[in-house]
Amino acid sequence: MSDYLVQFNNISKFFGKVIALKDVTMKLRKGEIMCLLGDNGAGKSTLIKTLAGVHKPDEGEIIFEGEKIVFDSPKDALDIGIATVYQDLALVPLMSVTRNFFMGREPLKGPPFLKTFDIEKANRIAAERMGQIGIDVRDPSQAVGTMSGGERQCLAISRAIYFGAKVLVLDEPTSALGVHQASVVLKYIVKAASQGLAVILITHNVHHAYPVGNSFTVLNRGKSLGTYEKKDISREKLLSMMAGGEELDKLEVELKEMNRVSS
Amino acid sequence: MSTKSKSIESKTDFNQDERLKKVSNLKVLLNRPELGALGGAILVFIFFGIVAGDTGMFSAYGILNFLDVSANLGIIAIAAAMLMIGGEFDLSIGSMIGFAGICIAIPAIYWGWPLWMSIIFAFSMAVLVGYFNGILVVRTGLPSFIVTLAMLFILRGATLALTRLITGRTQVPGLRVLIENDPIAWIFATDSFKWVFTWLGSMNLIALRTDGSPLATGIPPSVIWFIALAILTTWILMKTRYGNWIFASGGDKNGANNVGVPVGRVKISLFIGTAVAATIFATIQVLDAGSADTMRGTLKELEAIAAAVVGGCLLTGGYGSAIGAAFGAIIFGTVSMGIFYTDVDTDWFKVFLGAMMLIAVIFNNYIRRKVTESK
Repeated sequence: MSDYLVQFNNISKFFGKVIALKDVTMKLRKGEIMCLLGDNGAGKSTLIKTLAGVHKPDEGEIIFEGEKIVFDSPKDALDIGIATVYQDLALVPLMSVTRNFFMGREPLKGPPFLKTFDIEKANRIAAERMGQIGIDVRDPSQAVGTMSGGERQCLAISRAIYFGAKVLVLDEPTSALGVHQASVVLKYIVKAASQGLAVILITHNVHHAYPVGNSFTVLNRGKSLGTYEKKDISREKLLSMMAGGEELDKLEVELKEMNRVSS
Repeated sequence: MSTKSKSIESKTDFNQDERLKKVSNLKVLLNRPELGALGGAILVFIFFGIVAGDTGMFSAYGILNFLDVSANLGIIAIAAAMLMIGGEFDLSIGSMIGFAGICIAIPAIYWGWPLWMSIIFAFSMAVLVGYFNGILVVRTGLPSFIVTLAMLFILRGATLALTRLITGRTQVPGLRVLIENDPIAWIFATDSFKWVFTWLGSMNLIALRTDGSPLATGIPPSVIWFIALAILTTWILMKTRYGNWIFASGGDKNGANNVGVPVGRVKISLFIGTAVAATIFATIQVLDAGSADTMRGTLKELEAIAAAVVGGCLLTGGYGSAIGAAFGAIIFGTVSMGIFYTDVDTDWFKVFLGAMMLIAVIFNNYIRRKVTESK
């Protein structure tokens, strides 16, 4: 089926004897948000790094726009349009919004060999882009450090989109945020998807993932427990799968036991 | 079409936002890293204007005197500031000054090289030393503080050992005669705008020697280099892509790497910058004195870093300015010379230097908190 924008087929990754990922398969269409759910140590980080081109998968293939591709470096992934926004966001708090937005990809002007950073153009684009997502940067030369966590997250995502992302890989974009901030970021993610991007949202927070996701892949101890369309699975089921179901059941029994003893 | 109208719309939104505070020019200025140093420099001038206004400190000769000292320090302070903004230190600047000095003097005096070739040789060695410092820091991931501290000892030791081995002494005199007619040396050894001073002298506006020539003969080469470097580095930091990379490399090297900034190359180039600045410093001084001394430049690395810090550079990198470091150097240079014109014992200069730096660090820390805190 070639209506998928990107497919990760049977991806496996081993570190020596450790099986970090085994047979993970994910398929995304344009405009789709897939949530990758998993507890700590489930292999989320390894999977992200594989998607971003940091790790090469030991088994499996990545098919992008119908063609099989191999990433030799993170730059390769970026070049074809798979942009990863890590938890640290790659933002420098002391630098201005504009300087962060164009960090490493500054627009230039002027004659050859004397090209200068076109800061006016950069300011204009940065303010415009942030304005479009409803973030009022009072002054694009203000330091990113003055922005809230949600605004920073949106800046990082907006930057990735501006520089031509087709697949957006978001690593825990809401984990450090309060309820309101998180909802702002989630809204922006939905908006980005509606413009035709495929989004892989990595999170351990089902409550953030469930409202925005179209499909859900649950990762547990390096293996995929399957991909489910939203209509096929409930929030509770997802939660219990993620935590490894029986573990929560066991906890419940233990807690009951404790209550019985103490009362 | 729709995107265009949308962007215009959002732009007007942006302008009409009720939360858009009118930011005054003063406020913009207050957020600049060099503000503290600029204020400090003005205070220093006011102080000496009051205390030593009638002593000759502010005669043409006096001004050039403290400007020369400031400029020499400024040349290395600016390079140190650039490196600090890039997130690293170079403690080997002082030793590099001594090393560069003998790299000029020994080939010129003992091996019969023309002076210009020796100067080029010294600069080539500087590039090598800087590259080595940089590659070591970038490859090993060790703190530059340690790597360049090692280089401080290695270079100073090698300077002493090699000089004694080749010449049997620790000083190499006799360079002055070689300066004349040299195609390169004049860049580091000629006073500029002599005609202005001759004219001022002829008008009896500045002090004259007994033979009628003005006491202050021209703008020393250090001052010209200092001004040129301050302009060049400020332009680089504010107006070029490379400048943005310097801030990014110092601010968050992983983040910068992730978005495609060649952090390693930026840092290596900045280490080369400090070594080359040390060599400019050395060349000017060696040609001025006519001799190279193996101990030249001792402790200069710390003065350079102090000036950079006073100029608003954060020790953690990612923030600061070259022009600030220039003002920092002017403060130190002016006070170190000005103190001679007052009744204060010159021994107190170091106390002032330390106190100044302490105040600057506390001030910078406050600024950093203000800049990085969410509002």
